[in-house]
Amino acid sequence: MTEHVTAQEPETEALASDELLVEEVSIDGMCGVY
Amino acid sequence: MTLAPDMAAPATVLAKVPGPTTSPGKLTDLFQLGLDAPICLTWELTYACNLSCVHCLSSSGRRDPRELSTAECKAVIDTLERMQVFYVNIGGGEPTVRPDFWELVDYATEHHVGVKFSTNGVRLDAAAAARLAASDYVDVQISLDGATREVNDAVRGPGSYDTALRAMQNLADAGFRGFKLSVVMTRHNIPQIDQFKQIADRFGAQLRLTRLRPSGRGADTWDELHPRPEQQRELYEWLTAHGEQVLTGDSFFHLSAFGGALPGLNLCGAGRVVCLIDPVGDVYACPFAIHENFLAGNVRAEGGFQSVWQTSALFTDLRKPDTGGACKSCGFYDSCRGGCMAAKFFTGLPLDGPDPECVQGYGETALAAVSALGASSPGDAAAVPRSSVDHSHRTSPARPRAAGGGPVPVSIGARPLTPQAPGGRPPAHDCDESPLAGFNPRPDA
Amino acid sequence: MTFDLDRAWQVDPRVSLRPEPFGALLYHFGTRRLSFLKNQTVLAVVRSLSDHPSARSACLAAGVPEAELPAYARALATLAESTMISERISHDSRA
Repeated sequence: MTEHVTAQEPETEALASDELLVEEVSIDGMCGVY
Repeated sequence: MTLAPDMAAPATVLAKVPGPTTSPGKLTDLFQLGLDAPICLTWELTYACNLSCVHCLSSSGRRDPRELSTAECKAVIDTLERMQVFYVNIGGGEPTVRPDFWELVDYATEHHVGVKFSTNGVRLDAAAAARLAASDYVDVQISLDGATREVNDAVRGPGSYDTALRAMQNLADAGFRGFKLSVVMTRHNIPQIDQFKQIADRFGAQLRLTRLRPSGRGADTWDELHPRPEQQRELYEWLTAHGEQVLTGDSFFHLSAFGGALPGLNLCGAGRVVCLIDPVGDVYACPFAIHENFLAGNVRAEGGFQSVWQTSALFTDLRKPDTGGACKSCGFYDSCRGGCMAAKFFTGLPLDGPDPECVQGYGETALAAVSALGASSPGDAAAVPRSSVDHSHRTSPARPRAAGGGPVPVSIGARPLTPQAPGGRPPAHDCDESPLAGFNPRPDA
Repeated sequence: MTFDLDRAWQVDPRVSLRPEPFGALLYHFGTRRLSFLKNQTVLAVVRSLSDHPSARSACLAAGVPEAELPAYARALATLAESTMISERISHDSRA
């Protein structure tokens, strides 16, 4: 699985990475799913 | 398939988000504390299997007479639909040997639950492949553990390589692009890693590499199959080089401690975002942890699966914040999160300590201590936990299960289904004679 | 990607949206990607996109302050890039 932060490059006044309103991952695979 | 209904918030709202609700949390925090429904889960449909892979995580082979009926399976699917579980990863045993397999797959997709199923390919003829190629909501994963017949069949049995390749050819011929070729990495097949990629490319498939765990029959063959330390590094480098082209089931996050984190959430999702429903309806935290310590409940109980997922004591416990335990002081804890719970458990290690394959070497130290304990008390029960859930085909004589582990001689070949040797376990099920006893396979659609 | 707040948007029909206490999960059955909407406001915006003539209108109706529109535009851009949401084709004639 990949955690993708696909927002644009942050500008100087942009939110810190953990303030993103949307985050994405690919979920083929997630530990515990063989 | 129509858009899944946009449901109101589930009746049981588990308030567990840290901080004010308007402030977005870290993704890992959200996962760590669990979700109201699994994102996806593994559902083993049957313990029956035509193969006897030596590392089978579910010790499959013989059907269990208590397996969920077709109607009970549909009731589970109804629950999953209601909970808006996005997809199920169907496996087993070999799920396609269930006579109602296609009926259940169709029922799931008709009820807004995607299906990805794992198979050794035995029933994937041209008709099955065409059926799969026609559906957007069904994905298939072919298991193969060697790029050559020799390496593969040593683990999965004679004929299994040919079965898998034939299935892949059928899928490719039917125009199904992007099905998965799934490999469990062992010390014998890591040297073949580039060849696996070539095989996947040849059939238009996507390669998936997953980690071997000492679970099920894997506990007996762990010592001879698990990667050597230098192979772990090799694997890590290869995964890093191939990025998202190759899937991993997020199962190699323990290797993140080699350096940069591998793609993925890098944490154990057991009981938090995933779980297992087994063929008799038992709900476990994870398919690699089929053991009473990780049994959360049963779907046949009052409240069904939803109640187990949302209120079981085990899952509530697993959803408590992870403080790191013995790994807290290690600089790599943030990327490896202490590794795989099942790997630790079945090698006798404490869950709040290092993974047995900790790339910093802390696992080896911990294992040595477990070994010493076993050696100093030879009359006591094994220091290493073992699951009592075993549906393996009968061998004659019974495979030795030495306390403390150690290499177990493994012979591959057709095993006669003879009565248990004296001193072995008494037959427990009606299905001892054949895993397909009582089955009436209908002609392939 | 520059997200156009003044166009009409909608959630892709292949997306399943599931509210969660923290916001919501979106799963795209075509791409098999999973998106996390990390607060209730962005959830309200996304859910209401097809009811509004523009994303800007959806944001304002959901209570997004003007000053925070860029942050929400970035969020919607993420969803557009992964095809969770797509532009709505209007049947009105358009220059």
